[in-house]
Amino acid sequence: MNSDKVLDAKGLACPMPIVKTKKAINELQSGEVLEVHATDKGAKADLIAWSKSGGHELLQSTEENGVLQFWIKKG
Amino acid sequence: MSVIMMTAKEVTQRVFDKKELFILDVRNEDAFQDWKIEGQNFEYLNIPYFDLLDGVEDILHQIPINQEVLVVCAKEGSSIMVAEMLSDAGRDVSYLQGGMKAWSEYLEPVKVGDLKDGGAIYQFVRIGKGCLSYMVVSNGEAAIIDSTRMADVYTAFADGIGAKITNVFDTHLHADHISGGRTIAARTNATYWLPPKDATEVIFEYQPLEDGNSVTIGNTTINIEALYSPGHTIGSTSFVVDEKYLLSGDILFIDSIGRPDLAGLAEDWVGDLRETLYKRYRELSEELIVLPAHFMIIEELNDDGSVAKKLGTLFAENHGLNITDEEEFRNMVTGNLPPQPNAYQEIRETNMGKITPDEEQRREMEIGPNRCAVR
Repeated sequence: MNSDKVLDAKGLACPMPIVKTKKAINELQSGEVLEVHATDKGAKADLIAWSKSGGHELLQSTEENGVLQFWIKKG
Repeated sequence: MSVIMMTAKEVTQRVFDKKELFILDVRNEDAFQDWKIEGQNFEYLNIPYFDLLDGVEDILHQIPINQEVLVVCAKEGSSIMVAEMLSDAGRDVSYLQGGMKAWSEYLEPVKVGDLKDGGAIYQFVRIGKGCLSYMVVSNGEAAIIDSTRMADVYTAFADGIGAKITNVFDTHLHADHISGGRTIAARTNATYWLPPKDATEVIFEYQPLEDGNSVTIGNTTINIEALYSPGHTIGSTSFVVDEKYLLSGDILFIDSIGRPDLAGLAEDWVGDLRETLYKRYRELSEELIVLPAHFMIIEELNDDGSVAKKLGTLFAENHGLNITDEEEFRNMVTGNLPPQPNAYQEIRETNMGKITPDEEQRREMEIGPNRCAVR
């Protein structure tokens, strides 16, 4: 999936993946897509909930070799 | 203002003492709805930490000033962040060390009573998850029943009181938590007992625990009598310890009874459950003190934090023991089942030795409340 920006949040523990995601998405235009890589298992549920509460759209999420990947479209 | 670290032990003491505590839980809403720190006089506010990244000003009016405030999250990181923000705003707040992960794993040992020969029986209250396990001690020997996966806690406790663990039991194959029984037995060279009917698929050596077995701990003074009591699982076995304590496993709780469906056979086992509760248990002395393997609600705790009540009292007060009509009983236990515990199939397979998840995976599998009862 295409993205406009990639955020590497691997190795970071909660709350940093969300803190950095929020910061990164602030730098995007509405409709642009942020790709996030994280290893903190808790990031998944939190990113889903955060996207919803922030009006963003979680387009897709995958997990491969312990790395969680998310594609979030800025609302 | 300062941020204070509060340990799971300190929170447990507040639960036991029925103290007031205001909990600001900053996990996401689903996690909070599913499972939280329970206390009779605790108040709650759930606001996910990610809604507070721009500041806490908007919620300050919802945080009491004259009350102890504890910020809680999954692992601790977010709660420290929020606690520091509140502190910067002039509030005195604490955060829970290790978060809900630590809360899930914390065990508080409570002495339930003395035994005839001077030994004692201890209940290990897993306050965050509602699991109860036991240590019977006599003359320098100890038996452990229904241990959690936190094996170190039991071995350290036994060391501390100068007792050698000689026998380890599980009343049944658990579906809600990972047993530490095998680990403790291997570490201490103790005998590990399991009911064979629950162990048909296990891939390790164990000592079969059969109806009428007697095991002596210490100087022939304590008998652990196995009492076959199927219903929660087909092998479920109860123990009578020192002719005084009935360890009822997941068959009978203080305010509820065991659910028969976690091995997938509710319809088959409901009859066994009824037979155990309404016939086999009825033949026992009403003076026996029931020590179950779980509590479901915080109100089941006695003032000292223990979970224990006379069998006679339960016959009078426990709804699940007072349904005369068999059909109604059947409907209650099969038609009224709560959601199944998190990852219960994987937990069963782990307890059979079929899969060996790593520490982090085990932790994840056990997240959430136990759900072994029907009310």
